[in-house]
Amino acid sequence: MIPASFEYAVARDVAHAIELLTSSGGEGKVLAGGQSLIPLMKFRLAQPAFLVDINRISGLAQIRENGDLRIGALVREADLDMNPIVRERYQILVDTTRVIADPLVRNMATVGGNLAHADPANDHPATMLALRASVVARGPTGERLIPIDEFFVDTFTTVLGPNEILTEIRIPKPPARSGGAYLKLERKVGDFAIAGVAVMLALDEKGKVGAVGIGVTNAGPTAIRARKAEEILRGQATDDKTIAAAAAAAAGESKPWSDLRGPAEYKLDVIRVLTQRAIRKAVARATGGK
Amino acid sequence: MAVETAPTTSKGQRTLKIHVTINGAPHDVDVEARTLLVHFLRENLGMTGTHIGCDTTNCGACTVLLNGRAVKSCTVFAVQADQGTVATVEGLEKDGKLHPIQEGFHQEHGLQCGFCTPGMMMTAVALLEKNKQPTELEIREAISGNLCRCTGYVNIVKSIDHAARVMRETAEGKA
Repeated sequence: MIPASFEYAVARDVAHAIELLTSSGGEGKVLAGGQSLIPLMKFRLAQPAFLVDINRISGLAQIRENGDLRIGALVREADLDMNPIVRERYQILVDTTRVIADPLVRNMATVGGNLAHADPANDHPATMLALRASVVARGPTGERLIPIDEFFVDTFTTVLGPNEILTEIRIPKPPARSGGAYLKLERKVGDFAIAGVAVMLALDEKGKVGAVGIGVTNAGPTAIRARKAEEILRGQATDDKTIAAAAAAAAGESKPWSDLRGPAEYKLDVIRVLTQRAIRKAVARATGGK
Repeated sequence: MAVETAPTTSKGQRTLKIHVTINGAPHDVDVEARTLLVHFLRENLGMTGTHIGCDTTNCGACTVLLNGRAVKSCTVFAVQADQGTVATVEGLEKDGKLHPIQEGFHQEHGLQCGFCTPGMMMTAVALLEKNKQPTELEIREAISGNLCRCTGYVNIVKSIDHAARVMRETAEGKA
């Protein structure tokens, strides 16, 4: 399959990329890892008139800690997986990146693209919702910081303007006694999730839940945040009854659809079970386990 | 990367010139921006060792190394390889001598129909570059983006393990 013709330009830096996007009058599309965009173009589901290739912009592929964790938009999934800071302190990101597509796709696919593509089946959105992340967007009038709760508008739609570029993801420093986990049920390696659940939580000295975030993959037109489930956990000990109630609430807030991956009723139960397991795993990690 | 010379098309201009080093040999070729790397290799250069299987980023038959990394060449534009290096299955054999991964597939009967083999071998080459002594699990994870419909993978895993052993022995012999 061959995509429709398009004009193509390599951006030298972020300012140049914004200039190119602006000059295209809304017809431009950013090419990062291309692992979602190129298949869409081959199926002619997307036919951008102009591609702005940002792969050669230096400085967008760094991971650094500056109080918070800062992940450059061009960081490849394979590099996120192998990063020593991420491996040591952000296990939920390792969980997430390792179940995205397959190892070959992960050599190209970028974290920024996984978010900006805004596919509810993508895995990072739920994790970033759980982590209470923010994304940095740069456009012709400067830079703005967008809380992840405000980022996703609809399937394949974010609040990014046509000449704005996602440049960085910022993740708050995890508090003491915190842990997270992302669990995904997939039919086979490389498939999108039947369902996926991300849980990030912190425990106080008595073992009660303080800050907590729960995100769900493939549970609506965008990844969703399970606020009621978070509310049930907050301030409570993580006993079986509380975890079960939170998991039931997460399923109640989810709106999966029936498709070739299973009927909606089945997916709701998968979400319930994955939420329970992800909470338990997050608690185990918060208390020094795996 | 020579960004200043990087290609840009404009309205009415159909192709752009790219410079790519493939299996060590430099190529300067005019391509359309929409040309996929796999089509560039097979059709522009006649290098048909790299296969097109699913054409939908699933099967990995088209795997090549782009700047040292195993990627699905049906999901990369040729222009993205400008100023870069590509390694394909054609570059494995040197001076009539098979690469250890090719020896491994031969010795361990790692193929039946052979369609997935070029992609499997390129993925394996990238794995063994990073990990000299992979466990069976690590091999299976590494090839989880390469589909084989004949072998059940058992002999492919053995073939990669064989190559790893031969490469370690060769490295020790030289040390």
